[in-house]
Amino acid sequence: MTDTDRSNGNASFPRIGRVGTGGLLVSFGDRLSEAGNRAALAFRAAVERATPEGVEETSTSLVSTFLRIDALHTDPAAVARAMQTLLDSRDWYAADLPQGRRLWRIPTIYGTDLAPQLGEAAGEASLSPEDAAREIAATRVRVQTIGFAPGQPYLGQLPDHWNIPRQKALTDSIPVGALALAIRQMVLFSVSTPTGWRHVGQTAFRLFRPEAGEPFVLRPGDEVIFDAVGRDAYDRLRDAGPDGGASCEPIR
Amino acid sequence: MSRALIVHQAGPGVTVQDSGRPGYLAYGLSRGGAADRLALYEGAALLGQAPEMAALEMAGTGGTFEATEDMRIALTGAPMRAHLDGAPLAWNASHPLPAGGRLTIGPATAGVYGYLHVGGGLATPEILGARSAHLAAGIGAALVAGDTLPVGEDRSGETGLLLDPDDRFSGGEVRVVAGYQTPMFPDDEVTRFEETRFTRDARGNRMGVRLSPEGEGFAARAGLTVLSEAIVPGDIQITGDGAPFVLMAECQTTGGYPRIGAVLPWDLARVAQAAPGTHLHLRFVPHDEALAAERRAAEVRDGLRRRLRPLTRDPHDIRDLLSYQLISGVIARTPEEE
Repeated sequence: MTDTDRSNGNASFPRIGRVGTGGLLVSFGDRLSEAGNRAALAFRAAVERATPEGVEETSTSLVSTFLRIDALHTDPAAVARAMQTLLDSRDWYAADLPQGRRLWRIPTIYGTDLAPQLGEAAGEASLSPEDAAREIAATRVRVQTIGFAPGQPYLGQLPDHWNIPRQKALTDSIPVGALALAIRQMVLFSVSTPTGWRHVGQTAFRLFRPEAGEPFVLRPGDEVIFDAVGRDAYDRLRDAGPDGGASCEPIR
Repeated sequence: MSRALIVHQAGPGVTVQDSGRPGYLAYGLSRGGAADRLALYEGAALLGQAPEMAALEMAGTGGTFEATEDMRIALTGAPMRAHLDGAPLAWNASHPLPAGGRLTIGPATAGVYGYLHVGGGLATPEILGARSAHLAAGIGAALVAGDTLPVGEDRSGETGLLLDPDDRFSGGEVRVVAGYQTPMFPDDEVTRFEETRFTRDARGNRMGVRLSPEGEGFAARAGLTVLSEAIVPGDIQITGDGAPFVLMAECQTTGGYPRIGAVLPWDLARVAQAAPGTHLHLRFVPHDEALAAERRAAEVRDGLRRRLRPLTRDPHDIRDLLSYQLISGVIARTPEEE
């Protein structure tokens, strides 16, 4: 999906819906899009700046902003009206990416017994495993949202031929630090969990560090290159601490 | 040894819980906290302390505990068989726990999650502003034999109080509100959903609880290809096999299954406390009715102190009380009341 098909005559977005008794979801689309993702991030930032009464917490998913409301003391319908006014105040799909973004380079071992589904994923994309690894390592992807598990990024987007489905049967348990792929996106796993995404790379990068001063490492808008490394280098980096050899620089 | 609770033995699901960690949804970390939040308020009322204090949550069964100093305890949530040095202890009540005494807490006689509160609260280290274990996120761990939990200073000595047991341990009706994805389900599917008797499945934990429908499962119009969106505890996801999965305190923060509605926060304890095999009905209520119900529930919660009464010491009464608790989860009314 590209920037051009964002609002593109689809009059039903953006729209505001209810989540439970005390939640509002401001949706900027029903499919992932670059513009919808920027809109969601910018709208959340605007809500955080405005600190509307009764809004206790906000977050984003791929193309939506979520508001948690203290429904015991504030009527969510009143907050929804205030949010509609904020929505109408500008074209959110034209918003810039967040400030303070960073470029991360995370050493990654592709394939081998550490990431056993590279071949299968490459096959789905009609590539050889070597070409697939080369292509993924050369693609600079962006953190579109953090979610599902603590600090866990959804990264995108890969070229069109990576629009491969999730597996029908779940992998029982994918390890922490696994790089997995489906539907032109990648997830870097922060916890060990069952998943339908295919495990193509393995990193020694810890995304959630509960005892650290900065417990959540990546932020939406950050960009990542998953540099390929060999087994010996990976083993050394794995023992070198929670960064697993990753480096980071500001994006200017 | 400093003021602490020693764990001599623990069931597989005993964790430290408080009201959780709000504020980290944007980082992918759900709030977590006690599966039955009302139990935290009941323990706080019985001990005359703040409901934010951490307690032990015991899934299914408790364990064997010992205090290093004289302490007060309260027992709330799903009734379990509790003894102090072999003598039975009333549930939903506060008691002294003398230094060196052996407190044993056995299996639940109804419901799922029992709670052991201590005067002064558990004083384990805070992580991200809370003491709750969040096992799905890798914060904290289930207790094991040999653990020692520091206990905070207690400002009171009051014990021997009782709260009348609540009826949330035996399933029944659970109220639900519609959400933005409810229209993904045809009207007749929503009607059938309300008319269906559900059975709490064996598959369930602090992240979510599966409900087995009597009859066919449910399906959204769009199938299963919805975009992953923010989810909250109480949301009812319809998973691939058509069975509803109710998300609980420790759920993930986003989910891609369509949601038919969401359980009211107050009623979520009834789902959490429904033991496998318990029957539940789900009924949609309008948003204004849901909010009014939540406000009334908050008043009840904040007024628990006024409902305390002295725990009768007469052994005959205590025996009666225990027998009442044994049946409270199964039978709503005794034959004498019919």
